[in-house]
Amino acid sequence: MNTTATAKPAFDRQGDQSDEARVDAAMRTFVSEFGITAAVHLESCVKCGLCAEACHFYRTTGDPRYTPIHKLEPFRRAYFREASPLAPLVRKLGLVRKPTIGDLEQWQELLYDSCTMCGRCTLVCPMGIDIAELVKEARHGMFVAGLVPERLALMDRAARQWGSPATPGEDLPDILDEVSKQHGVPIPCDLASADILVTAAPAELSEHTRAMAAAAKILNRTGERWTMHQGGFDASNIGFNNGDLELQEKLTRSLVDTAVKIGAKTVLLPECGHAYGAARWEAARWYGRELPVRIIHMTEFLDEMIAAGRIRVEPIGESATFHDPCQIVRRGGLEAAARRVLAALGFTLVELEDHGLTGFCCGGGGGVVSNQRAAPLRARVFEMKRQQVDATGAKRFVTSCGQCRITLETGARIAKWDKPVESLLELVADNLAD
Amino acid sequence: MTLLEFARGPALAFALAVFVIGVLWRLVGVLRLPRRPDLSPAREGAPSALAAAWHANVRAMWPRSAFAPSTHFITLNGYAFHVGLALIFFGYAPHIAFIRRVTGLSWPALPDAVMYVAAAVTIVSLVLAGAIRLTSPVRRTISTADDWITWTITFLPVLTGMALSIEPSARILARERVLYEGPLAVHLLTLELLLVWFPFGKLMHAFFFVFSRGATGMRFSHRGVRV
Repeated sequence: MNTTATAKPAFDRQGDQSDEARVDAAMRTFVSEFGITAAVHLESCVKCGLCAEACHFYRTTGDPRYTPIHKLEPFRRAYFREASPLAPLVRKLGLVRKPTIGDLEQWQELLYDSCTMCGRCTLVCPMGIDIAELVKEARHGMFVAGLVPERLALMDRAARQWGSPATPGEDLPDILDEVSKQHGVPIPCDLASADILVTAAPAELSEHTRAMAAAAKILNRTGERWTMHQGGFDASNIGFNNGDLELQEKLTRSLVDTAVKIGAKTVLLPECGHAYGAARWEAARWYGRELPVRIIHMTEFLDEMIAAGRIRVEPIGESATFHDPCQIVRRGGLEAAARRVLAALGFTLVELEDHGLTGFCCGGGGGVVSNQRAAPLRARVFEMKRQQVDATGAKRFVTSCGQCRITLETGARIAKWDKPVESLLELVADNLAD
Repeated sequence: MTLLEFARGPALAFALAVFVIGVLWRLVGVLRLPRRPDLSPAREGAPSALAAAWHANVRAMWPRSAFAPSTHFITLNGYAFHVGLALIFFGYAPHIAFIRRVTGLSWPALPDAVMYVAAAVTIVSLVLAGAIRLTSPVRRTISTADDWITWTITFLPVLTGMALSIEPSARILARERVLYEGPLAVHLLTLELLLVWFPFGKLMHAFFFVFSRGATGMRFSHRGVRV
């Protein structure tokens, strides 16, 4: 059967720019990313190919196109043609080819469908090249060129309009009211003053409302003055994943400005990995100076509350294994915090073969979970994760990122795997001691 | 002017000039690019930037056990030709004599037997590196002309040097005049080719890797992650 004629091209386009304008926009934006850090990374690569061995997409398909450093090829070419110290010579002698529109379209799949920016490749690179960070920077150029998977672009448009891809801010009070009634837990919204601004991931306002209620239950138990607020409520930051810097700044500012407005000292992030990457490590960039608020992840909050004796939990006393969300653990530094919470819950932790810093991604990070084109790739990665989970023999399977949960739940549904993927937050809420 | 006089005189001066100016040009050109400051608060207990950079440089010398065994062969092979080349260049008596003539610096040589082993290991590992690049779909996909030019230009001085190592180094150095002028000139010219190519290709990783590893170490340590 000839599939070539019927196969859908693995790229989408937004806007009506000419091909030339798209290439120019991408190149200009790529060049704007080339500071010293990106440059020393791109200058250091010896093409050893070890990064392939670290990538879940390469490991599960054997397709050399998924070699992480290869995903940066147009970005690399832009550097050597336009920004490297040898750029004039490179251009004059035509030593490095300028990326074409065809290249950018082809690389859309490699930058968006088959990279979760998990950074496992960063750890294996003998030159210490932070490939995940460079992929994120390359996405900035792809976004400006209007070459983003349409599903992500759609979410981007919604978030630009509503402040969230899930719902407009003005609907937040009604949604929270409904969640509150459904789960029997008060959820303060739009208080004029509070100490903690609590934020959500889009899924917590739809299919994962239990997580929202769990957060509320714990927060209420601590006695903290907290609120959610329609001025800034969605921390997932789709701009961070898509490469939309304007949106990333807008969403970041909405959180920080709202916190400042209500006098909050802390912004509490949901169980969402990329929220942590965008807010904890990048918010200050957009604010232009040190933040006036502390930004913490839900896992840190649980860890601190348990350590301080502000909440107590009943031990569950079963075996569990834990999926380390990449942005929270490998790129976020919360490996020990999650394990302390699991220990407090009385779990006997049976680690996955690959865990902690070198744990494999769920396969859905970096927006891949929302990109329906990447479903076959996600399924392959899920199979690898499923085998590792089964090999532990643990009774429970826990994680601390809602996006990972959605990815893993979707994989489980397709693979007809009956192990529930449990939220660390919900486990704490369900086992609060009186 | 004989070919050897050319190789020892103007060609060497030109190659050294290109090497020094080129390396400085590329190094300074990159290091003066702007650095975006990380304004986010560091994780409590994060080490200093310098300590983080140092740790990352040391840590990256050998892959984590989680990446074994698939990464071990490539890593070992890389060490084999890096160490081999260093031993040959800095340990072989005629090379030390050459360096003394150019710079006035010298140090004790390693025994010839060590040199023969180092040369054999270097040649085998370079052949293996080339074979892997040629046969592995991953390496074929990511390789560029730079990789092959660099591989060839690195190999040439080793091969042309082996052609000259047909007698003990003590006997070579004891002679008043060079016996094999042509082959020695070719050997020197291949070294000069390497020096000229150095600033333009991936050999520059010899300078950049410290900064690359250090930058990642600093970024991750800031977040409380020991890469």
